[in-house]
Amino acid sequence: MSALVKSSLARKWVMALSGLFLVVFLTQHFVINITSVIAPDTFNEWSHFMGYNGLVQFVAQPILIAGVIIHFVMGFVLDYQNRKARPVKYAKFSGNANSTWVSRNMIISGAVVLAFLGLHMYDFWVHEMAYKYVENKPEDPTRYLPELKEKFVDGWRVAIYVVSFVLLSLHLWHGFNSSFQSIGVKSVKKGDSLRKVTYAWAVLIPAGFVFIALFHYFNHIS
Amino acid sequence: MKLNLKIWRQEGPEAKGKMVDYPLDGVDGDMSFLEMMDILNEKLINEGETPVEFDHDCREGICGSCNMMINGEPHGPQKLTTTCQLHMRKFKDGDTITVEPWRAKAFPVIKDLIVDRSAFDRIQQAGGYISVNTSGNTQDANSIPIEKSKADEAFWSATCIGCGACVAACKNASAMLFTSAKISQFALLPQGEVEATDRVRNMVRQMDEEGFGNCTNTGACMVECPKGIKLDNIARMNREYLKAETVA
Repeated sequence: MSALVKSSLARKWVMALSGLFLVVFLTQHFVINITSVIAPDTFNEWSHFMGYNGLVQFVAQPILIAGVIIHFVMGFVLDYQNRKARPVKYAKFSGNANSTWVSRNMIISGAVVLAFLGLHMYDFWVHEMAYKYVENKPEDPTRYLPELKEKFVDGWRVAIYVVSFVLLSLHLWHGFNSSFQSIGVKSVKKGDSLRKVTYAWAVLIPAGFVFIALFHYFNHIS
Repeated sequence: MKLNLKIWRQEGPEAKGKMVDYPLDGVDGDMSFLEMMDILNEKLINEGETPVEFDHDCREGICGSCNMMINGEPHGPQKLTTTCQLHMRKFKDGDTITVEPWRAKAFPVIKDLIVDRSAFDRIQQAGGYISVNTSGNTQDANSIPIEKSKADEAFWSATCIGCGACVAACKNASAMLFTSAKISQFALLPQGEVEATDRVRNMVRQMDEEGFGNCTNTGACMVECPKGIKLDNIARMNREYLKAETVA
């Protein structure tokens, strides 16, 4: 078992499983956020539930934060080790002849998503923690939609969100289907239905988040 | 055909290497890449220079010796082809061709284009075999019925010639395609079941100890493999390893 923890294959498993966990979280996050466009009352109701339910706050939230940290830390560890495995670079390396740019540059798309996550946590999570535990303000089940809309007033912030979600989409384009290969479920080939589903998900969910941001931004300025 | 060759020259393992330009005239399209290198070396010898050292043996695409990174691709631009089977008709008159050795910490350069691939031997020695008592009472392998599809898959995995193109192509210098093919060729057969647990454990451990990088599923190894070894082998290795470390 100790060999498992130290092995390169175990690191692949950790990356894949934490990634799949974050895929599930992202789906749930999108389902709640899209209600801010199609059913504002439901958005407030669900957000309030997520913000005050003990199981969500004190069990699910720490697990989610741990999942995010594990995924990012392991990503940087793997990248460091991989760079060490080739100390002398090629004078000419035709990566495009055999692989996609996205698959070779997960560390770049991942770093952009991490930076975005910093902004996102500052925008919503820090505010939420301060509201509940520092300022000790009373429960207000109607505050969530106005707070969300307020964040999409500034054009520069919306632009950052859009760019970040494009990079997230690229990250997921390779990462989602590749995670199945890593855990040995199967080798996901071109034309495979599982691969098509992961590609569709990688485009549609980030595009949905972009739509939500643009919807609130243009509603504000019109 | 007139070419401008840019070739990595390195006196020895500890020496500092550099790319050197060699203009070469009179190259025929029907020559193999190695024959073109032979012409260059003849020219260098006639001029009193040291010829370019490179590995080669069978020149039939089966020994896995002729390892060269040609224009940024292992074994050059033609897929499913080793350097010795690559012909100069794939290039044009006036082309500049960059030739480098495999680059990986686990494949140190010995001289010029020759690298030490004994790391692959050690991975193979760690478990890439079936222990058979050869006392004379050994059962004939053909007496064990094997499903045709599995026999075919095992055969395709066994066609890996261990050239190291997978490591060379991988941005992480990972050896997982090679290791997984050598594990798969036994994992798929009943003869390999007895030692399956130790095999995958030991071969993966050895692979890690050699200093190869981690696999990030770019698929470059499969695309550049001259024998077309599939990524399915890596997925199978991942399954076999988890089974060995948790269930077994």
